[in-house]
This record gives sequence, C-alpha cells and structure tokens, in this order.
Amino acid sequence: MSPSRLDAGEIDWTPAAPAPPVRRRSSERRIGSLEVLAALLVVLVIVRGPLAGLVSGARLQTWTTVFVSVLVQAVPFLVFGVVLSAVIAVFVPRSFWARALPRHPALAVPTAGVAGVVLPGCECGSVPIAGSLIRRGVTPAAALAFLLAAPAINPIVLTATAVAFPGRPEMVVGRGAASLVVAVTLGWLWLRLGKTEWIRLPHRPDLDDESKARAFWSACRHDVLHAGGYLVLGAAAAATINVIVPEAWLQRLAANPWLSVFALAVLAVLLSICSEADAFVAASLSQFSLTSRLVFLVVGPMVDLKLISMQAGVFGRRFMLRFAPATFVVAVLAGTGFGVVLL
Amino acid sequence: MNRLTQAVVLLLFGGAILRASFTDLYLRYVKEGLRPFLIAAGLVLVAAALTTLWYAWRDPDEAHSLPAPGPPDGAENPGDVGHHEHGHHEPRVGWLLILPVLGLLLVAPPALGSYAAGQSGAVEAAPASDSDYPPLPPGDPAPVSLLDYASRAIFDGGKSLTGRELRLTGFLTPARDGSPMLARIVLTCCAADGRPIKVGLTGRAPIEVPADTWVEIVGVYDPKTTKDPVNDVSVAYVEVKSWQEIPQPKQPYA
Repeated sequence: MSPSRLDAGEIDWTPAAPAPPVRRRSSERRIGSLEVLAALLVVLVIVRGPLAGLVSGARLQTWTTVFVSVLVQAVPFLVFGVVLSAVIAVFVPRSFWARALPRHPALAVPTAGVAGVVLPGCECGSVPIAGSLIRRGVTPAAALAFLLAAPAINPIVLTATAVAFPGRPEMVVGRGAASLVVAVTLGWLWLRLGKTEWIRLPHRPDLDDESKARAFWSACRHDVLHAGGYLVLGAAAAATINVIVPEAWLQRLAANPWLSVFALAVLAVLLSICSEADAFVAASLSQFSLTSRLVFLVVGPMVDLKLISMQAGVFGRRFMLRFAPATFVVAVLAGTGFGVVLL
Repeated sequence: MNRLTQAVVLLLFGGAILRASFTDLYLRYVKEGLRPFLIAAGLVLVAAALTTLWYAWRDPDEAHSLPAPGPPDGAENPGDVGHHEHGHHEPRVGWLLILPVLGLLLVAPPALGSYAAGQSGAVEAAPASDSDYPPLPPGDPAPVSLLDYASRAIFDGGKSLTGRELRLTGFLTPARDGSPMLARIVLTCCAADGRPIKVGLTGRAPIEVPADTWVEIVGVYDPKTTKDPVNDVSVAYVEVKSWQEIPQPKQPYA
C-alpha cells in the first residue's frame, strides 16, 4: 500500500495510521458474508407471505410505496453519477483539471459553480462526482461549489420550474441566481474557514489498478454500494416524514411571513424531493408566499435528508456536520434576499 | 462484505430494477418516461456485478480477501450496519441495498391511494393556457380526466361541460365528513411528490363502497364547489348518474 501515490494535496486519507495488512488466516472456516447473505435470502423467501401481510396497514403501505419510489426514481441518477465519477477517477488525467480550472482557487470556485449548468441530473448523482473530483486533485472548494450548483441550476430543473410557475419567469431567475450565489459563497467560505482534515475520503487502492477497465468497474461497484446504501437511509427518512407529517400542520404556519419561510426551508430538508420535481410541489403549496416557496426551491437541492446521509458517507461525518448547517443558513438567507428583491 | 457478496447484492438490486421496469410494476412508483433510464441503470448494475464475479473467478485469492486497509474485525458482520462508520472499509452500508430489493421483489407495495389522498392537499387545477377550452372529446359519455374536469369546472364555470354526459375514472376516498370523493394521484416525478386531485360527488354517488375501490362514473356537471380543508384549493363537484367498479388501470396515476 503506498499512500504517496494517491495523495491529492493534503486530504486526510483514512485510516491515518495504516495498519499492517493483516492476513486472514483461514477464512474458509469462518462464516463469511456470502453465507450470511445466502441464509438471509432463504429466510426472506420462506417468510415472504407473512412479510407481505405485515405491510397491510394504510400508513405502513404508504411508507413502503414512498420509500421504494424514492429509490426507483433515484437509481438512474445515482448510476449515472457513479459511472461519470468512475470515468473521472479512472480515465480523466489529473492534468486535465489543472488546465480546465483557473489556477487560483478563488477563481476556480465560480468557474466550477457555473460548470454545474451542464450536468443534467438530480442531487444523488453529484455527491459521488464531487468526491471523485477532489480525489483527482480539484481543490475541494471548487468541487463543493459544483456539488451544490449542479442539481439546482441545470437546464432541466430550470425548465421544470418555468413549467410549474407559468407566467412567473422571476421564479426561474430567482432560483438560478440564488442557487449560484449560495454555491459560490460556500466555496469561498470553505477556502476561508474550511479545514481539509474534515474531509475523509475513503482510501481506494483499487483505483490504481493496472487495468483501467478493472479499476472502472471496481469504482462503479464500490460507489453504488456505498452511495446507494446511504441513499437507502435517506429514502427511509424521507418516507417517514412524508407519512407522519400531515400537511394540515404546515398550513397554519403559512400566515406568518417569517415563519412560513422557515417552515418551507425545513420542509425542503425533510421531504428530500428530487430537484427535478420540487418546483411542482412548491407550486402546489399555494397558501405560502412566493418568497418562502423560492427558499424551498433553493434549499431543497442543496440540503436534504438523503443528501446529508450521502455526504456523511462520501466525505465523512465531521465534514457533513459543518457543511450541511452552513449550507442551510446561506441558502435560506440567499433565497429570502432574492425573494424580497425579485418577487 | 467481500467481493462475491457485493456482486450478489448488486445483481439482486439491478435484477429487481430490471424486473420492475419490464413488468408494469415500475408504474406504481415513477412516471412512464423514466423506463429507458431504469433499464439502462439496471443493465449497468448487472454488468458491474458480472464483471466483479468474472474478476473474482479469474483471481480466486482476491475474491474472499477483504481489501486492505480495512481492519478485518467485524467487517463481515451484517449486524454492524450503520455503526462504526468512521472506518471506511468496503462499504458495509451496502447491506441496506437489500431493503429495496425486498421492497421490489417480495413486497411490491401498491400505488398510492386513499390514505395519501387524505393527507395532502389537492392539486390546484390550472386554468387553460389560452382563454378558451377546446371542446370535449367525442363520445357519449365523453371521457374526461379528473384534472381536466376540475380545471373546466372551476376556471370556466363549466361552460364547456354543460349538456354532455361525462365519464370520469378514479378511486374512492372519503372527504372529511365521510362523503365519497373521486380522486387520482398526480405524479410529477415519483410517488414521493404525488398529490391528489379530488372531485366531489353528488347525485347517485356510490355509498358504502370501501375507500380505494376504483370506479368509473358517468355523470353531468354540477356547479357546486367547496374548498379542500387541507390547503384551501377549490374542489369541483360532479353529479353522478351511474357508476361501476373497475379494476385498477395499468397507469394508476394521472
């Protein structure tokens, strides 16, 4: 194992103190994960009837439907993001990023933010891509600006917003501008306050595999299991919120302009709706002010339960605990600011 | 989780996605337009699983070993999911991908219905883009979607609806006062953003029929409207002449 080959700058590759590779003595004697999986599957097939019967209450059934559908919806975007990040990690040479981005980090941040326009997708795909960019030597501040901007300001999302708010082009302008401002602000904040040791990217010796094809598939497999696992956690949380919070509670908050901004910002985090769909949900929250709905659209693609879960998995928990709240505050401020000026 | 296990989990996950998109199962969760992307994603997942199996078969030593530098202890213990996330070994959190496989292959939950319709406020029917509504489609009774009906009834005062018998399809859901309403869930992207469109029933409305029963009603325009108690959106009404129970349509969402 040679960490020196992989080190991109001063990122903390875990584990810090490389343990001497312990040779497992006789793995054939122990029950391995494959046996556990086989046993689990057999048990599941046997108890299939009772299991399906268990999911019969209306509430639990709705939970399961929402959970499965969030995942099914996210899978194409996740796989797209994972494949693109594997391409970045394996096939795009390091020198490309040095040439593509301005040398000065403070200039690289807005460039990376605007580059988010070209990635049509929702937020589940951009987390592994940002991780991959950092691994390939892109300055973390620029990769984070890309992570925040890509799901919010791409053409598909802006078109969906225009369709959901017919006759109100200022919603589209406000959404694009506020999201870009938040992404660039956080990139610069990271340059000023961020500490690289907060980011703990998993150590990935497999990416240096001699065979590029092998490294590519290994990266895909790893990222799907990793980011996908955290996506499952996030989808479960979002489904729970979807089922247990009746909308009637929200409507009482709509009357107070400040409370309504805060309520929709929190709702955006909890519901974790795909950025391509959130405009339609915002449009249907018709009792809320346009400003509070703009905040909903700015916060949603940048901070939500499934993103928090995936960021903790890809970048480490210490990173997530600082980054997600900071993003939330900046996004609420920017959304409110643009809302007051434009709407 | 060693590589073979990872390959099997990926194969199951990709297989479940493919199966759902080749049957009509996926229509319960997402829009029809996502299908090609689901198939592509499922194929990539299966390919990742197969290449892993292929490399493991060519290189049997590596297949069972845990890649360095993960501490070996407990790395193969499924009970540990979600704990000790500070050490990044091969992704233990990947065990959770069994849950969607379970959901798609064994449970296959039904499309959203009456419970979801009661929880969230109705979709606001949009006015027609140009001021005039096109005439109703031919046929007696004329087939009209719930969204179209609500839009014509609320924004056009029912002008384009009067004088025709109409056929509406949806499932039954009780209003606050227990009277039946005809509803359908409108999806934008997936069931997580599904919101109901509801139309109230007067006349010979089906009573004492359980919620979530799919029905086709034939009726005429009724000028009555109320407000949805959840979000104050106007709800249109239709006067029922006759109704019959139908099986759930292939595409349950509007």
